[in-house]
Amino acid sequence: MSLYHPETSAEIVAEHGLAPDEYEKAVAIMGRAPNLLELGIFSVMWSEHCSYKSSKLWLKTLPTEGPQVIQGPGENAGVVDIGDGQAAIFKIESHNHPSFIEPYQGAATGVGGILRDVFTMGARPVANLNALRFGAPDHPRTKHLVKGVVAGIGGYGNCVGVPTVGGEINFHPAYNGNCLVNAMTVGLADTDKIFYSAASQIGVPVVYVGSKTGRDGIHGATMASTEFDEDSEEKRPTVQVGDPFTEKLLIEACLELMATDAILAIQDMGAAGLTSSSFEMASKGGTGVVLELDKVPMREAGMTPYELMLSESQERMLMTLKPGREPEAQAIMEKWGLDFAVVGTITDTGRMQLKWDGETVGDLPIDPLALASPEYDRPHVATPAQPAVTLPESQDLLSDLATLIASPDLCSRRWVWEQYDHMVMGDTIQRPGGDAAVVRVHGSQKGLAMSVDCSPRYCLADPQSGGAQAVAEGFRNLSAVGAKPLAVTNNLNFGNPQKPEIMGQLVGAVQGMGEACKALDMPVVSGNVSLYNETEGQAILPTPVIGSLGLMADIDRMATVALKRDGDTLVVIGQSQGHLGQSLYARECHGLEAGPAPAIDLQRERATGDFVRGLIEEGLVDTCHDVSDGGLLVAVAEMAIAGDKGVAIVSAETSTAFWYGEEQARYVVALPDAAVVQERAKAAGIPVHILARVEGDAITLPSGQIVATRDLRSKFEGGLPTLLA
Amino acid sequence: MKAGVIVFPGSNCDRDVAVVLEAVTGSAPAMVWHGDHDLPELDLIVLPGGFSYGDYLRCGAMSAKSPIMREVVKAAEAGTAVLGICNGFQVLTEAGLLPGALMRNRDLNFICKDVWLRVEDCASRFTLGYEDEQRILVPIAHHDGNYYADDATLERLEGEGQVLFRYVDEQGEASKAANPNGSRNNIAGILNADGNVLGMMPHPERMAEAALGGTDGRVLFESLLDTLS
Repeated sequence: MSLYHPETSAEIVAEHGLAPDEYEKAVAIMGRAPNLLELGIFSVMWSEHCSYKSSKLWLKTLPTEGPQVIQGPGENAGVVDIGDGQAAIFKIESHNHPSFIEPYQGAATGVGGILRDVFTMGARPVANLNALRFGAPDHPRTKHLVKGVVAGIGGYGNCVGVPTVGGEINFHPAYNGNCLVNAMTVGLADTDKIFYSAASQIGVPVVYVGSKTGRDGIHGATMASTEFDEDSEEKRPTVQVGDPFTEKLLIEACLELMATDAILAIQDMGAAGLTSSSFEMASKGGTGVVLELDKVPMREAGMTPYELMLSESQERMLMTLKPGREPEAQAIMEKWGLDFAVVGTITDTGRMQLKWDGETVGDLPIDPLALASPEYDRPHVATPAQPAVTLPESQDLLSDLATLIASPDLCSRRWVWEQYDHMVMGDTIQRPGGDAAVVRVHGSQKGLAMSVDCSPRYCLADPQSGGAQAVAEGFRNLSAVGAKPLAVTNNLNFGNPQKPEIMGQLVGAVQGMGEACKALDMPVVSGNVSLYNETEGQAILPTPVIGSLGLMADIDRMATVALKRDGDTLVVIGQSQGHLGQSLYARECHGLEAGPAPAIDLQRERATGDFVRGLIEEGLVDTCHDVSDGGLLVAVAEMAIAGDKGVAIVSAETSTAFWYGEEQARYVVALPDAAVVQERAKAAGIPVHILARVEGDAITLPSGQIVATRDLRSKFEGGLPTLLA
Repeated sequence: MKAGVIVFPGSNCDRDVAVVLEAVTGSAPAMVWHGDHDLPELDLIVLPGGFSYGDYLRCGAMSAKSPIMREVVKAAEAGTAVLGICNGFQVLTEAGLLPGALMRNRDLNFICKDVWLRVEDCASRFTLGYEDEQRILVPIAHHDGNYYADDATLERLEGEGQVLFRYVDEQGEASKAANPNGSRNNIAGILNADGNVLGMMPHPERMAEAALGGTDGRVLFESLLDTLS
């Protein structure tokens, strides 16, 4: 038996990104040398992007269950119960590599892909969020990437009519060669109308709907599984082109068809297109599939089976229907101007048989290929502990405040979210700019709160505590608006896992994340891994992003960060210890990225969050902000700016570490009668400290130093527009 | 008042405006498919916001040629009230029911934010519930809202009192800084000569409930209810 099929060679195998031992495994599974089409299929199915071969071992350690979980990882998206027969369906996904190569289309198709993951399951998408990382603001490529990515996210989300309600952005030189674009979608469905991808009935038609297949995005998944080098520009043709108009039609058409009972199973065509969707459907169903590739709607003549199987053209779905229901489904698709084609049949062979004009052009066993994809226990070394750092006392707390609040990671994100339609669908109860966005469950008083979080600088210093902190911050952001945290989705962005120190970051972050998810009762229900975020050997900061989702019973009991009444007292809830390691104060005011990350005490985190949420639920507190990047004084200033109020500091604390330390598990609340919070906190054993009184139109310190709120605002609001001008 | 909302492929504020119409009038509006050739008996036709036909070719250009638009034009000419919001305004200009055109925003970005508007005339059927020169807060969300008309048209619109809403600052001044998109004369919404067709870029349906940020937009629908019932 020859090692290679006449259509392939060692070189072609290498071009397909398969390691020699992986190729040998493929030959063993096939019992012969795979032809070019089959090789292409192995290549995408076993790519890091599709197979999770480096991360699978560790992902298995994450908690994924709880009474609220209807569907954990393994489907298109996670599903949680929100009561009253309703479910929230959500997931986050990266589109990092394509966005760096072609920012507008890369980001746009990232949004399109995650939307499809959610409506494939029967949910109407109700909110989008995104977590973005870019290089240094003064790096020549940054402006172009930021503008392209933001325009792409807006261009797609605005057109499909799903509000983009939240997100986060960081800038750091470690992202100069690899930006990160992580997009999250939240949808709503009835618990008895959730659709899954397992094609378990034999003999039923396999139906293709949506856009036609073109030659775009071939080998996108393989491209996303390697490092960048100086030739990466040449990979531009592997980036797909999005059509949000078709996506909007596809959403409406699928939901209309889902309202009937014609669909048996459904799967969107995302990474690795027709290959991975048909494989997953048959593999999960324990069945086989025959695909007649000449029946696939094609954008241009002369396309080959290889191209059809590997194309990542957007806005396409694969489904199985109850036999005889094809005309009904076809009528709905045609009403919405979409393609419809019966392209195959589910069989009992356990094989994928690919035909072209009746002739077999490919024949692969499904389970051995899908389930036996490589799984590596890659060598990993733990990140060494960072030595403590000492910083001089601030010479002028308020001038440092002005520096911080205008800095790239802390300044207002208005420039970004004003380019996103964040109000369409008429249920955005809390708009961008607060701790968490809140979207009303249409037609009810319930609200879904959502946030995306990660502090990569903490993760670099200490992956385990950084991983835990991302979850804790999500928990805090939800609690700070008054929502009960339900579950998370995660997006693990790292460099090359074949380097033990990078793999060590991944392992540490997943461990920390798992501990926090357990302690805070937020199981992981879906997620995505993006590795090889490196360019010419320079890896990104470890960036394990957490997308968190919570539920509030009554949107009239919701807190926002804006100060509302003169005379209110500002109280910090939680213990302040003055931890300046890895703080933004150290970085922005002293140019130091040093020291250990703040410690995470998950028990304290939970107790403090539950306490604050209780105050909001009872209607005692309507103004709350979690203390995170930048520390206490930054949190207070943000509250003053949001409410257009002044604040007179009454606390006798004057140390830099008190005001700019970033220890966790803290919130600032404002309310007319602080005594009630003090009493309850005492009973609950939670430390509180009176910070300030709301009055005037400036922030004043006991020393008499003063800065006008409007001056701070102009620095806060001017940050991004200045950077991007 | 019987209202209907035209649904084009790519409309995405059709449900939003239907929710407000139902809340204000007490009955759900008819949702009319763009491909239909007949309009039901209606007192108010709404062309909703969104990206009909993906904004391909030009915003509103393809929708203006939809079968149902022939009926909408006939109804408008017969005096039925027609409200075009955002993309609906673009469709109305493309269909020739309103003069001028909506060009790409001055700064080339999509803009979604609350803006202050001045109600220039509270005698119209759309604005009876407002006070003259009242300042109202309503969101915009568009990429192509930069209203353009030639000098003669502009003069006629201004002279005949057809400019119904203007972008203003918090003090009520139609300043350059208050103009979000570069529209000539800070125009945010205009009436046809007969006063029964209104096109506006801001979204009154998004400010029809305190929980969403205010109720200034709801007054427009209440005004229509009062005049058309």
